[in-house]
Amino acid sequence: MGRYVARRLLQMIPVFIGTTLLIFLMMYALPGDPVRALYGEQSVDPSQIAAIKAEYGLDKPLWQQYVNYLAGLPQGDFGTQIASRRPVAEVISEAFPVTVRLTIIAFVFTVLVGVSLGILSGMRAGKKTDTGVLVLTLALISVPSFVLGFLFQWLFAMQLGWTTPTVQDSMNFSQLFLPAVVLASLSLAYVARLTRTSIAENLRADYMRTAVAKGLPRRRIISMHLMRNSMIPVVTFLGIDIGNLMTGAIVTEGIFNVQGIGNLVYQALSRREGATVVGIVTVMVLIYLFVNLIVDLLYAVLDPRIRYA
Amino acid sequence: MPELASKTDTAVAAQAATTTDNVLATDAGPAPGKPRSLWSDAWYDLRHNWMFLLSTGLILLLLVVAAVPDLFISGDVSPRDGDLTKHYLQKPELGHVFSAEWLGYDHQGRSIYARLLHGTRASILVGVMVTVAVTLLGGLVGLISGYFGGWVDSVMSRITDVFFGIPFLLGAMVVLNTFSERSVPVVSLSLAVLGWTSIARVMRGSVITVKQADYVTAAKALGAGTGRILFKHILPNAVAPVIVVATIALGGYITAEATLSFLGIGLTDSISWGQDISAGKDYLRTAQYVLFFPAAMLSLTVLAFLMFGDAVRNALDPKSR
Amino acid sequence: MSIIDKTDAVLEPRAEDFDGPLLEVRDLHVEFHTRDGVAKAVNGVNYTVDAGETLAVLGESGSGKSVTAQAIMGILDMPPGRISKGEIMFRGQDLLKLTEEERRRIRGRRIAMIFQDALSSLNPVLSVGYQLGEMFRVHQGLSKKDAKAKAIEMMDRVKIPAAAARVNDYPHQFSGGMRQRIMIAMALALEPDLIIADEPTTALDVTVQAQVMDLLAELQREYRMGLILITHDLGVVADVADKIAVMYAGRIVERAPVHELYKSPAHPYTKGLLDSIPRLDQKGQELYAIKGLPPNLTRIPSGCAFNPRCPKAQDICRTDVPPLHPVTAADGTELVGRASACHFWKETING
Repeated sequence: MGRYVARRLLQMIPVFIGTTLLIFLMMYALPGDPVRALYGEQSVDPSQIAAIKAEYGLDKPLWQQYVNYLAGLPQGDFGTQIASRRPVAEVISEAFPVTVRLTIIAFVFTVLVGVSLGILSGMRAGKKTDTGVLVLTLALISVPSFVLGFLFQWLFAMQLGWTTPTVQDSMNFSQLFLPAVVLASLSLAYVARLTRTSIAENLRADYMRTAVAKGLPRRRIISMHLMRNSMIPVVTFLGIDIGNLMTGAIVTEGIFNVQGIGNLVYQALSRREGATVVGIVTVMVLIYLFVNLIVDLLYAVLDPRIRYA
Repeated sequence: MPELASKTDTAVAAQAATTTDNVLATDAGPAPGKPRSLWSDAWYDLRHNWMFLLSTGLILLLLVVAAVPDLFISGDVSPRDGDLTKHYLQKPELGHVFSAEWLGYDHQGRSIYARLLHGTRASILVGVMVTVAVTLLGGLVGLISGYFGGWVDSVMSRITDVFFGIPFLLGAMVVLNTFSERSVPVVSLSLAVLGWTSIARVMRGSVITVKQADYVTAAKALGAGTGRILFKHILPNAVAPVIVVATIALGGYITAEATLSFLGIGLTDSISWGQDISAGKDYLRTAQYVLFFPAAMLSLTVLAFLMFGDAVRNALDPKSR
Repeated sequence: MSIIDKTDAVLEPRAEDFDGPLLEVRDLHVEFHTRDGVAKAVNGVNYTVDAGETLAVLGESGSGKSVTAQAIMGILDMPPGRISKGEIMFRGQDLLKLTEEERRRIRGRRIAMIFQDALSSLNPVLSVGYQLGEMFRVHQGLSKKDAKAKAIEMMDRVKIPAAAARVNDYPHQFSGGMRQRIMIAMALALEPDLIIADEPTTALDVTVQAQVMDLLAELQREYRMGLILITHDLGVVADVADKIAVMYAGRIVERAPVHELYKSPAHPYTKGLLDSIPRLDQKGQELYAIKGLPPNLTRIPSGCAFNPRCPKAQDICRTDVPPLHPVTAADGTELVGRASACHFWKETING
């Protein structure tokens, strides 16, 4: 197990380097110039711009900039945001807790509602409940989250007056609930469908017949035999989905004016702030890689047939 | 990573690849009358599936709208030029079916209905182009990776991991931000460059399963060349799960384009529902219909492709029902 | 838990003083509603099993042998399955009239089943010790620890080497033969009155088949259980069974004590099955094979279901369903336990 983790961590390095390099290249191949953009329309002395560029190492060749960036990462140095002249790490760490909160609420909602709906319809495959859940999930997947966001805003804030259209305090859990539900909707639908499929499939498995033949009570058959097996693919999906939720937050945060990573990345992109965008993607990729590792370890715990390879 | 990371995909592929003999394997099954193949069985299923019939009808209608949008509106109405003085946020006239004023006018005095019709082409084109590009690229990578194994697989899988690691939407935003003119092919290719990985993984898993089948061994033993084995024996048998994943993803690509257009980094040269929704959000309090109609149109389109993909999946993989 | 008390009160006294057959299946009909129509899987099956007796049910796949067993066990998928007619008397009590909870109490404890494919029939994510121990925990209320001790004991009984060390292993870590032993241990755990073994050795290597069959027969003798052995393999049957019922298209076509069936089959189908076994003394000759395919259960041929494949079919075979005639010897004396559902059983047994 220890060796497996070590090997996986080693394997992550090339993936991590590849991913960040890709984003780095895409970002800095941009025609725009963040330093020049600082001054807007006013004319600036080119030597002044050159001085700022030299200060941040932006005058060096691209490969050297990337090496410097990688070298700084272990010390938590993500570079400097040019507009505010603040360290990117600081900017990210301010916005990050908000997005994490939003993601956690959305994740919990996804698990609770998605899995319950999936179980409900999987156990009644082909019946009315099943069709109902199918229609609901189809609707949730077809309506893009930004549309759903406005729909909720209009319904719950403007018509019913239950809440404010946008979030006033981005650290307040109850205010984050509506955006979290919107963020969760897509994942929730997928989780419900996956759970349903998994349950319906396992219900037909030979070992379920054996469990019945053993004279086990229905409750035990479902909780011990059916659920243990059906939840394996769901857990895997949920793990990978954390990354999707965090990216999805970019759109949701914009709609509800939540001051998180999404807003930050959106602003940084429109200002062509390479360092900030690369920094955020770096953090996202790291989270993705670690969640993946944890999911794989969990998978091996849940399914004894999987060996650490 | 490949050993564990790809096991779910492999499982999915294995399921879809071995469904025919699983329909009624018990003693209870009717004795084999006419032999049924995976594809003919799937076709039987599809013809009797209301979701398939409904979605096919919708998709055909959408395709006609995309090809000749003006066919569905009476009079010569431009979707781009509005008359602010006459039509600024003019309310819908729901009785005037198929007319320019049917669904009202937007904040620039443009007919919302005309814009709905003219936005169809870009949405569907992006969805189809991304799907085709992703299937070709991902399919090829997965086929090579799965068939040859060894170091080829290692390198290809690592490259796949790199692209898979980039969050799809975020990556698309970064890529598209580099272009100032974003046409349909530009947006489609950008999405495809980021989206091919899941197809590659499914294809790889599917190919690995099929590769071990006896008929492939038999073909090899009979001296068939690599090309023949790949395209005559492996590809036709490994392609079902890929088709399923690709069809279902199509709707997702349409959503992605709309989301990017909504964020202002999508299409620049076409009418896009995403842009119209973005414009409509400012009038959510006073004129909901500006946002509502393009949103409904977008959702309906995605729904049609989603139901289509679902029906295909159910037909090709009866176990998932 | 009043249900438990009630069932026990109903079942236990009868267990002592009931002297009829342990199990009696009467005129059982099972059908499946499928996309292609109604498949008539079982069409009026009758058989009995006594305590300590082994009944072999023989037939091709689709003959209804497994469906009958599943109906006895109460594990038929309903829907699409439906028991349209018949009784299943277990110690004089009709199982089909019991409530689901009463049947559950009988399953595993009084009637147990061994399945063909032990790998898929055992739960892949639970240890074999847990799955075995579950029987004791659920039916006897043992603690987790005691149940595990019992599980090890059972694994020893079925001769699994190093049982104590392997009790926490998972099904995929055992060989096919060992897995089937675990299935047997699970079925025997509560010393049931009746065991139904559905092709217990089909999935195993030939060398292992004999070992598993011997073990099953030995334990059956020891516990004096009734055994229904479902198989399509005539070779397996000869050594262990007392009597044989041959099924075709959901009906019993011939019934006989095991050795008499081999000696003088009274139904062309049985004869065909026996002739298709390769024999050393006929080396070099072409092997006999029954022509044609088993019938489609949604469209069973009229008359005798076997008539399209029968080498001796006459006009009457295409119109009249043959009843299960008692079979007599050539001199007219009754042959105990023999019956054949063939219009021409006399010609068959003598020719």
